[in-house]
Amino acid sequence: MTKITGIGASSKRREDKRFLTGKGRYVDDMNRPGQAHVHFLRSDMAHGRIVSLDVSAAEAAPGVIKVFTAKDFEGVGGIPCGWLITDRHGQPMKEPKHPILAEGKVRHVGDPIVAVVAETRAQAKDAAELVELELEELPAAIDMRAAVAGGPQVHDEAPDNLCYDWDFPAESKDAVDEAIRNAHHVTVLELRNNRLVANPMEPRAALGEYDDADDMHTLWTTSQNPHVIRLLMGAFVLGLPEHKLRVVAPDVGGGFGSKIYHYAEEAFVTFAAKVVNRPVKWTSDRAEAFMSDAHGRDHVCKVELAMDAEGHFLALRSTTLANMGAYLSTFAPCIPTWLHGTLLAGNYKTPLIFTNVRAVFTNTVPVDAYRGAGRPEATYLIERVVDKAAREIGMDPAELRRRNFITQFPYQTPVAVEYDSGDYNATLDKVLQVADRAGFEARRAESAARGKLRGFGLAHYIEACGIAPSSLVGALGARAGLYEAATVRVNPTGSVSVFTGSHSHGQGHETTFAQVVADRLGIEEGAVDIVHGDTSKVPFGMGTYGSRSLAVGGSAIVKSVDKIVAKAKKIAAHLLEASEADIAFEDGKFSVSGTDRSVAWAEVCLAAYVPHNYPLDAIEPGLEETSFYDPANFTYPSGAYVCEVEVDPDTGKVQVMSFAAADDFGNVVNPMIVEGQVHGGLAQGIGQALMEGCVYDESGQLLTASYMDYAMPLARDLPSFTVDNSACTPCTHNPLGVKGCGEAGAIGSPPALVNAVLDALSPYGIAHLDMPLTPSKVWEAIDAARPAAAAE
Amino acid sequence: MPGISMTVNGKPVSGEVEGRTLLVQFLREDLGLTGTHVGCDTSQCGACTVLVNGESVKACTMLAATADGAQVRTIEGEAKGGAMSVVQAAFQEHHGLQCGFCTPGMVMSITDLLRVNAEPSEAQVREWLKGNICRCTGYHNIVKAALAAAAELRAQPVAAE
Repeated sequence: MTKITGIGASSKRREDKRFLTGKGRYVDDMNRPGQAHVHFLRSDMAHGRIVSLDVSAAEAAPGVIKVFTAKDFEGVGGIPCGWLITDRHGQPMKEPKHPILAEGKVRHVGDPIVAVVAETRAQAKDAAELVELELEELPAAIDMRAAVAGGPQVHDEAPDNLCYDWDFPAESKDAVDEAIRNAHHVTVLELRNNRLVANPMEPRAALGEYDDADDMHTLWTTSQNPHVIRLLMGAFVLGLPEHKLRVVAPDVGGGFGSKIYHYAEEAFVTFAAKVVNRPVKWTSDRAEAFMSDAHGRDHVCKVELAMDAEGHFLALRSTTLANMGAYLSTFAPCIPTWLHGTLLAGNYKTPLIFTNVRAVFTNTVPVDAYRGAGRPEATYLIERVVDKAAREIGMDPAELRRRNFITQFPYQTPVAVEYDSGDYNATLDKVLQVADRAGFEARRAESAARGKLRGFGLAHYIEACGIAPSSLVGALGARAGLYEAATVRVNPTGSVSVFTGSHSHGQGHETTFAQVVADRLGIEEGAVDIVHGDTSKVPFGMGTYGSRSLAVGGSAIVKSVDKIVAKAKKIAAHLLEASEADIAFEDGKFSVSGTDRSVAWAEVCLAAYVPHNYPLDAIEPGLEETSFYDPANFTYPSGAYVCEVEVDPDTGKVQVMSFAAADDFGNVVNPMIVEGQVHGGLAQGIGQALMEGCVYDESGQLLTASYMDYAMPLARDLPSFTVDNSACTPCTHNPLGVKGCGEAGAIGSPPALVNAVLDALSPYGIAHLDMPLTPSKVWEAIDAARPAAAAE
Repeated sequence: MPGISMTVNGKPVSGEVEGRTLLVQFLREDLGLTGTHVGCDTSQCGACTVLVNGESVKACTMLAATADGAQVRTIEGEAKGGAMSVVQAAFQEHHGLQCGFCTPGMVMSITDLLRVNAEPSEAQVREWLKGNICRCTGYHNIVKAALAAAAELRAQPVAAE
């Protein structure tokens, strides 16, 4: 039976009405009295030395309040990095300073040099045109392979542009090498994970304000984690204590990772608001977003998969160059390492795994986590090489996967993580059923009759979500804990206010979290209110990324609810003159077991706040609890995806005909929202595989800096999706049994789509193509293969 | 600065704008109608879609001065007496929005689609939306909401406008 309320119900989202009626409150919608505006003059050169800089004409322009350069930030810290990687020689990664405004050199197109604060945005822009800036162009490091082979130096302190050179697991190297040398068959694949731009539809914005009466700073910002911004900016950049710095992330229009990081513009408006003693606002335009939001992916890899004669995987070895861009963004160093190397077992019991990752500085925008973050790169690498291996040894790709699936849980992988649960055969069975594998040959023939090549592509994925046990990530170099905090405040009449450190920027937490609390307390969802996104209201928080909100943030809420129930039982026992051990709590009612005596939730809540008849000697009045939940393990969502495509051999155009997903997210609180998350992830993964790509030319010019040049998936590019999450194995170590669903779609879909296209192109013997599979790329491959295919 | 006046959501408004002021800037900054969003600067994303004299227009492609004398409808004018329009309600019912940023433009664009085509096919809805980008939903539920709203409107008795 379909649930209509609480956990498992597709409750309609309560946040929708404000978004649908124009009452959303995003940062750019806010204006403060006396507000000024800032415009950043950014480098139009990838690499250059500042020869001279004269801002006097800009200072004299109409409406200009102050013009800032690097000189104004002497004594102010650089933008910090939140994760330290130790390289294979035991040395810390290279961590060059990332200044708020360029100091002496510019290192990527978009690097901010001058900030003009003026009465209006137009005046700030006009004045920026009057800045006299002379840049001496330097050779730029753009291509990663060239950059590490003696290319131009991005930072003096990083020879060969190496940030780090990392082996994992270091002790497995020799055994993996030997297994690959001696294997019956080794499949080798070189591939590239294309560089992407997250592109949430709301451009970033920041509004800083300073109240000199209270010496209080406030920053409104488009962030996925306001407490993290307060911590990084307060402690490392501006030297402001937490109690003098409030950070608010109100309605935020999507993030996909790009709004996790602390950005220079946030520090600038906070700093400048005090200097000019006026609120200072910045709103990015889209071109600026392309050249200042952290980019994603951008790996160049080689992978080798060794098998025995029966197709059992013996060893996997990969080497990766990972682009860091010009500076280290907040989480950048951990993406190609701990969020990538640890996932290289995939869904398979490959006994020996080794990877080497070299992180490379280039004269490009910093690269950091984008939806999936390291796990899409690992999944793509594994699922492409497995598919290629199946083709090489002449085995059905589904059968080769089945032969190597992990089937016993918990499962300790050779790459540090321990999977708690899963059933990979079940998701595979489910996806083959909903995708109608049986009917594929008929569809292929039908396409062929129309002159089209049809392909069927399968991919599995596993991801480590719900980041993460603090002690573990601390040992791996994280400079923060990764728990979550929640306060549950029961009000005197029994309504509930929940203050969560998770942040919703499209995920629907206001609805989902209310369902969880209402379900646990047996009250109406409407009696629960969710508060998030403001450091002055929420006790603490690590924010929303890595599909962690329900698994970690939701668990913190549950912990607080459990404490509330425990205390309320004591109050109920007192009111009912019964022993606490005899009190049962069900359906919003406390009753004495074995009797018809009971007291309602609201009566207990009122007694807590009007404690006339109350066990004051044993417990305090009030009903409010705060919890910090630190997970015991990652969660491991998994699934199987099938994509069917049609390729037009005359044009190279790929049409996605259908896409089916079978996911195991553990327990599901709101199926409607979960399916929506998968849809969005699939669209982004299909975008990566077919259309999207961030392109720099050799000189470091960003060629894709608008929606005219960067192909965003449109409605007409996508099919409707088939999404199933019935093959579910609950997470074993969090109280809700949930795993996380935000990134799965973007992780599993690129290899499924590429595998489908290569299946379609199999008559031409095309073994691999790098994403994005644009018509020109596909057509050129077909054209080059035609003589060979015709000769057969 | 030229003075302009127009009707926005049924109310007469006027103001003084620079020649370069865009309609979307006038709506957001002068009138405080911040439901209309700006998501790009090349007229691709459609977050700023409004209705001008009944037809959908990207408010970033039109100067405020050009809209002098026009009838403008924005997202703020769509709900009547606290009740959301059929298109708005269909978006909620079918989870056609996540972060909400592209949503006002989507609603206005689909409202216009259903004016010109009361019974669109899925392919027609997808084609119509070529001027509106959503990064959250994969369009699946937006398309579903549009088709459901079309069916709902067709089932309604014809109202005198």
